[in-house]
Amino acid sequence: MIGLSHYLTVAAILFTIGVLGIFLNRRNIILMLMAIELILLAVNINLVAFSAYLGDVTGQVFAMFVLTVAAAEAAIGLAILVIFFRRRGSIAVDDADRMRG
Amino acid sequence: MIAFYLFATLTIASAILVIFARNPVHSVLWLIVAFFNAAGLMLLLGAEFIAMLLVIVYVGAVAVLFLFVVMMLNIDFARLRSGFTKNLPFGLMIALVLLAEIVIAANARQAGPLINAPTSTAPVRPNIVAVGEALYGRFLFPFELAGLILLVAMIGAIVLTHRSRGDSRGQNIPRQIARRPEDAVKNMQPGVGEGMKL
Amino acid sequence: MHPILLIVFLPLVAAIFAGLGGRVIGKTASKVITTGALMVGALLSWPIFFAYLGGSAQAEVVPVLKFIQSGALDVDWALRVDALTAVMLVVVTTVSSLVHLYSWGYMEEDPSQPRFFAYLSLFSFAMLMLVTADSLVQMFFGWEGVGLASYLLIGFWYHKPSANVAALKAFVVNRVGDFGFSLGIFGTFLVFGTVSIPAILEAAPGMSGSTIGFAGLRVDTMTLLCLLLFVGAMGKSAQLGLHTWLPDAMEGPTPVSALIHAATMVTAGVFMVCRLSPMFEVSPDALTVVTYVGAATAIFAATVAVVQTDIKRVIAYSTCSQLGYMFFAAGSGAYGAAMFHLFTHAFFKALLFLGAGSVIHSMHHEQDMRHYGALRKEIPYTFWAMVAGTLAITGVGIFGIGFAGYFSKDAILESAFASGTVAGNLSFWIGAFAALLTSFYSWRLIFLTFFGKARWAGSEHVQHAVHHVHEEAGEIADDSDSSHDHPVKVHEGTAGYHPHESPWTILVPLALLALGAIFSGLAFHEAFVGAEAGAHFWHGSIAFDAHLAHAMHEVPLWVKYTPLAVMLVGLALAYRNYMAKPGAPAAFVAMFPHLHRFLMHKWYFDEFYDWLFVRPSFAIGRIFWKRGDEQTIDRFGPHGAAVAVGIGNKVTTRLQSGYVYSYALVMLLGLIAATSWVFWWAS
Repeated sequence: MIGLSHYLTVAAILFTIGVLGIFLNRRNIILMLMAIELILLAVNINLVAFSAYLGDVTGQVFAMFVLTVAAAEAAIGLAILVIFFRRRGSIAVDDADRMRG
Repeated sequence: MIAFYLFATLTIASAILVIFARNPVHSVLWLIVAFFNAAGLMLLLGAEFIAMLLVIVYVGAVAVLFLFVVMMLNIDFARLRSGFTKNLPFGLMIALVLLAEIVIAANARQAGPLINAPTSTAPVRPNIVAVGEALYGRFLFPFELAGLILLVAMIGAIVLTHRSRGDSRGQNIPRQIARRPEDAVKNMQPGVGEGMKL
Repeated sequence: MHPILLIVFLPLVAAIFAGLGGRVIGKTASKVITTGALMVGALLSWPIFFAYLGGSAQAEVVPVLKFIQSGALDVDWALRVDALTAVMLVVVTTVSSLVHLYSWGYMEEDPSQPRFFAYLSLFSFAMLMLVTADSLVQMFFGWEGVGLASYLLIGFWYHKPSANVAALKAFVVNRVGDFGFSLGIFGTFLVFGTVSIPAILEAAPGMSGSTIGFAGLRVDTMTLLCLLLFVGAMGKSAQLGLHTWLPDAMEGPTPVSALIHAATMVTAGVFMVCRLSPMFEVSPDALTVVTYVGAATAIFAATVAVVQTDIKRVIAYSTCSQLGYMFFAAGSGAYGAAMFHLFTHAFFKALLFLGAGSVIHSMHHEQDMRHYGALRKEIPYTFWAMVAGTLAITGVGIFGIGFAGYFSKDAILESAFASGTVAGNLSFWIGAFAALLTSFYSWRLIFLTFFGKARWAGSEHVQHAVHHVHEEAGEIADDSDSSHDHPVKVHEGTAGYHPHESPWTILVPLALLALGAIFSGLAFHEAFVGAEAGAHFWHGSIAFDAHLAHAMHEVPLWVKYTPLAVMLVGLALAYRNYMAKPGAPAAFVAMFPHLHRFLMHKWYFDEFYDWLFVRPSFAIGRIFWKRGDEQTIDRFGPHGAAVAVGIGNKVTTRLQSGYVYSYALVMLLGLIAATSWVFWWAS
């Protein structure tokens, strides 16, 4: 029997994969952005699952908002990445250390 | 039930491959696969509107955007740094801890009826109708705000990446309006056979 | 308005005007204000002195301001006037006003004249506060004030490093004396419960024979107090042991040497002993110490003066020696004689210094007597002034007629003999020998400077004057050192230089002081040391011993003629060595090289003090600085804290890698930690 916990578990696994992706990533920044998208996806699944099992459509509405914000954030993030690439000529993660203290 | 396990496994597998793929283009493609499978999960939950939205927006717009950017930038392929494998055990351990905690948290509530609830109740009315009513009813204000966010993102993306080319000539409207006749026209009296110097 | 208030405070007002407003009012106004203030003081002081001479005046105290009222300590600013004060007033104001006038001419080319005159007036004010003090605290205020003024004036030409060093040396050595003086004041307050001088002097005899605990020992009270106070006098009056600053103080301008280190400041110690003489009378041991110290100083300084080549140093050591005379006179109980010698000494020593300054001025700042000679015809006024001073200091006189020193020095020697104590007797013989040396070196100075052949060519200063144009302004018009103006009386050895007589601002003080040097002994000896007239004059302001004064006149004839005899012997020796046989000194030195070197190094006192005090102080200071301050306090304190912050900084910086993913990792770890905490601890 597929219950709520199954969906929540799936979402949890996706979430951890996304988090892993962020700090295991040594290659390029786009991978980081994609990992963020995975995290947001996990959250979406969570929201929809709860909405279905609680019978409240609010969860889905909120999932839509999350979707909106994720899209906006992806756009802006990629724009910043493009500019960064223009200035630095590479998107290797190790080169993005301008905030070094 | 099989559908669930299929979709779930594929989602997780493609998520893992997103991270571990060597070619960034492949990573984006695996991401798209993950999105599709997640949409499938949501279909199983009875949220078809959200599922389709996921496909259209995420896959159709965001992932394509990713693809554009990946292809636009000259990315060094397969630059797998040594730190990757060095940190893997540590990272995995942390990830497992996190996973365990989330799962425990998810199952901690004595939500008996929730866990044992049927897979999906037959929709009283179509999902899209329910979402539409909520969106334009209770959540009108957040909806408008979301639109505003998108507008801002749009403008922001353009502003950030806009480069003014040095050789493009635009109009300077205030200068045009402030132009006076005496600057524009000048009466000259050339002699016969002579040229004109401006 | 009591005249004493004007006398004391006008110099202060003048000093403030000239010192703070010198740039505004200009140098002429500064000079006029300060000199005028002192002259007014002098004009007011002589009538007061004569009033006491005539016996018509009484001792009085003029209160000025309340100062401290704390528990048992009650100190007021008050000005005391009695016979002793009157003597000092005359000395201080007269010499100070004449020095002010002299400085018009001597400091003509100096760029900071307002500062100089302000310092001179400030000094005069402090000295006047000292001599009119009615309480020990006020006396200490004046004491410190004159020390400060001495420091400022010695280091007046502060661009010269040697001047700065000398000023500091003077101040520090004085400080040692002041420490003793302070301890004495504290002890006095402890014993008598008051610092008011009249009260102390009245209660002093009652304390005879009592004892007090000091540094773990049980000692006689009055002896201890008097000795501590005497340590202060030793410092201020450059007695043996704390004398090292006085020769170096000659770095200051000559008017300063004349005023401070001849006539007034160095005599403050003598004044203090005389003022507190009733206290000293209660402690014969202290008096013995005073006598021995005075006698030792007298002979020490005289021996060193014999080998000096700098004209000012000779006179400085002469001052030191004469101060020794005053002290052993006081130690023998003859306070009147000590004060009398102070009085006459002020005149003839100031005269000698100012005269030397005139010589230096004429010889274009050359001070080495080996480059003098044959100046008698070039600067005749200065010559006669110096001769008058030398006659006074050597004590020329016979059968009751003579120059100032004849009366005062003889009074001292006779009193020392007449006191009958072992110390007094010894002092007499030592004093007589010192008188011989005094006569010798004083006449040596005259012969070397004014007689013989001109030896100016070897002097750098003279070469400078002859070959270069003067850089100082104001010299171009009237100071022409060529032989065109009037015929040069001396030719060979001059290198073409023609010394000219000093201006009237220098010569008038010399003349007035010469009057004092010649006649002050004759005029006033009865009042100061005469048996009946003295008791009448002093009238209790010092512990005047009429009995001793009487015994003084009863000494054997050979005692009376000893000073004259030694004076003649000294004169003869000087004449032989420096006029008749100029090669004799060199031969003598060749026979006793070690003695000569010993005297040239001033009995090696400076070297000894350097080894004993200066080097250990530096070493201790270095230890405190390097070990204590740098390695301990700094290391665990500010410097260490800074370094710790730096280290902490380096460690923490590693967290700021600039990589977003590591930041995300840290965030994740934090999240996990928080969640774990919620799970297992908080629930």
